[in-house]
Amino acid sequence: MAGGDVAIEARSLRKSYGDVHALRGVDLDVPSGTVFGLLGPNGAGKTTAVRILTTLIEPDDGSARVAGFDVVGEPAQLRERIGLAGQYAAVDENLSGFENLELVGRLYHLGRQPSRARARELLHDFGLEDAAERLVRTYSGGMRRRLDLAAALVARPPILFLDEPTTGLDLRSRIALWEAIEALVGQGTTVLLTTQYLDEADRLADRIAVIDHGMVIAEGSPEELKGQVGGERLEIRLADGGSRDLAIGALRPISEDEPACENGLLRVPLLTMRGAIADAVRRLDEAGVGIDDIAVRRPTLDDVFLKLTGHAAEPEAEEEPEEAARR
Amino acid sequence: MKSLAYAASDTTVLAKRSLLRIRRQPDLLVGFTIQPVMFVLLFVYVFGGAIETPGLDYVDFLMPGIIVQSMVFGGFVTALGLAEDLKKGLIDRFRSLPMWGPAVLTGRILADVGTNVIQLVVMLTVGILVGFRFATGIPEIVAGVALLLLIGYAFSWVFAFIGLTASSPEASNAYGFTILFPVTFVSSAFVPPETMPDWLRPVAEHNPFTTMVDAERALFLGTPAGNDVWGAVAWCFAIIAVFGALSVWRYRRAVTR
Ligand SMILES: Nc1ncnc2c1ncn2[C@@H]1O[C@H](COP(=O)(O)OP(=O)(O)OP(=O)(O)O)[C@@H](O)[C@H]1O
Ligand SMILES: [Mg+2]
Repeated sequence: MAGGDVAIEARSLRKSYGDVHALRGVDLDVPSGTVFGLLGPNGAGKTTAVRILTTLIEPDDGSARVAGFDVVGEPAQLRERIGLAGQYAAVDENLSGFENLELVGRLYHLGRQPSRARARELLHDFGLEDAAERLVRTYSGGMRRRLDLAAALVARPPILFLDEPTTGLDLRSRIALWEAIEALVGQGTTVLLTTQYLDEADRLADRIAVIDHGMVIAEGSPEELKGQVGGERLEIRLADGGSRDLAIGALRPISEDEPACENGLLRVPLLTMRGAIADAVRRLDEAGVGIDDIAVRRPTLDDVFLKLTGHAAEPEAEEEPEEAARR
Repeated sequence: MKSLAYAASDTTVLAKRSLLRIRRQPDLLVGFTIQPVMFVLLFVYVFGGAIETPGLDYVDFLMPGIIVQSMVFGGFVTALGLAEDLKKGLIDRFRSLPMWGPAVLTGRILADVGTNVIQLVVMLTVGILVGFRFATGIPEIVAGVALLLLIGYAFSWVFAFIGLTASSPEASNAYGFTILFPVTFVSSAFVPPETMPDWLRPVAEHNPFTTMVDAERALFLGTPAGNDVWGAVAWCFAIIAVFGALSVWRYRRAVTR
């Protein structure tokens, strides 16, 4: 697909389960060759959106095209052009890693020999060569995840859907997976990924849609979204007995806005980053205010989230009553 | 044409996968070989002496019934497998592939036919060891074996539906056994229905399972067939049509739990 094409296009997608409105009119546009991050807390509707776009369920209303094919009307052609790694690793426990990938190749109709060659290649790429012949039920969670991602890549699909690809992985595996995704994008693959991790969206995505309660509540590049919550700030923890008012007075000259203080933590929106820490320490010293800790903090997507939804993107904080009653 | 070739190749690829799984979890073999053999031994040596079967030795009376029962339950591997595929999210993966969708079902059922053949060999061998003898010619015996495989195939579709409908692999097992087990007992499989109480006898006599067992007795032992053989075939096709359609419908809407 040439650059500038639209790989994924969704118009007012709606989906309800009984009286749970999983999606309430979602629009998405993902240009070819870019990474799109769907960011939202538990129950936001991320998996529902991925399921509709990969033809697993039909929307109640609205329409979507992937690789130019309608999700409802042309599922067969669409499926030839996508790879899906769902939220939970979908691998057969009673087959080896190699057999799992070979099976997927055969079901993409690549033929026996090409399926096997591709399986070997992917096992190598994902560092699973040594475990290739072992049954998957002996794999660790991280190994399963990698195998699952490999399975999504068997047919070298131009469009890849990854539903929370790094949930449950340790930091090293997460970084390895990020690098694998970045390599694919380098080869021109379009990726739609969902995540609850703001740093993940920040690192991988060209554009991000923040989704909550089935609606897109903000969209833009990571920089644009961060721009909405302002620039860098200084965070200072005052020592016991350190005077708040004295500290605020001392820092006002380098602050863009009135410094705020909460529970002994002073937040100072900075006019300029340059030399800010040294400057602040000197001023506080002169004012005779002791400090325990001082750091420059760049805005993260957490801040975006907090600002947009009024609650943090904490996975557990967003357990909805209907979510609990679901099963 | 191409889609027909895909249907066939997807089915065999997935049948191979199911058979591999049985090799990797040999305890499954216990379910469909050792268990029916235990039943044969129990019925022949424990209950057999107390059950009157006019005109037939009990072991001759019993074997067709118990083999039909084991064919019926051979499909439980399909229910278990599909329920597990649903739980593990594999159904989602399959449904996102450009494969022939029903192959997920037909592959398993083809594998079941393979396991049914193994089961049949084991059961007939054990039967002959405990004294069972065919009383008909080769054509009837061959027809009887073919009917047994058809019965196994038909009930695999019932189990496919159970596997796609039950809420977990454990539940699918429970459904299969608590619903189908009594049905196989209230029939002519183990005792002549004439010995049952008045209210139960009509149930046993109209049970399709009785028709199937009586058809096998006619083909293996030469008992009067009546319409039983064609009746059994008709029942099998009816079951395949109904549960085949229901299963494909469930599969298309199946959502990973
Ligand atoms: N099959 C279903 N039946 C009933 N309700 C469902 C079903 N699938 C999803 N839901 C509901 O729809 C809403 C959105 O679910 P979805 O799985 O899309 O969220 P998500 O953003 O992927 O969440 P998570 O981060 O937990 O994976 C939730 O409230 C969920 O309970
Ligand atoms: Mg999800």
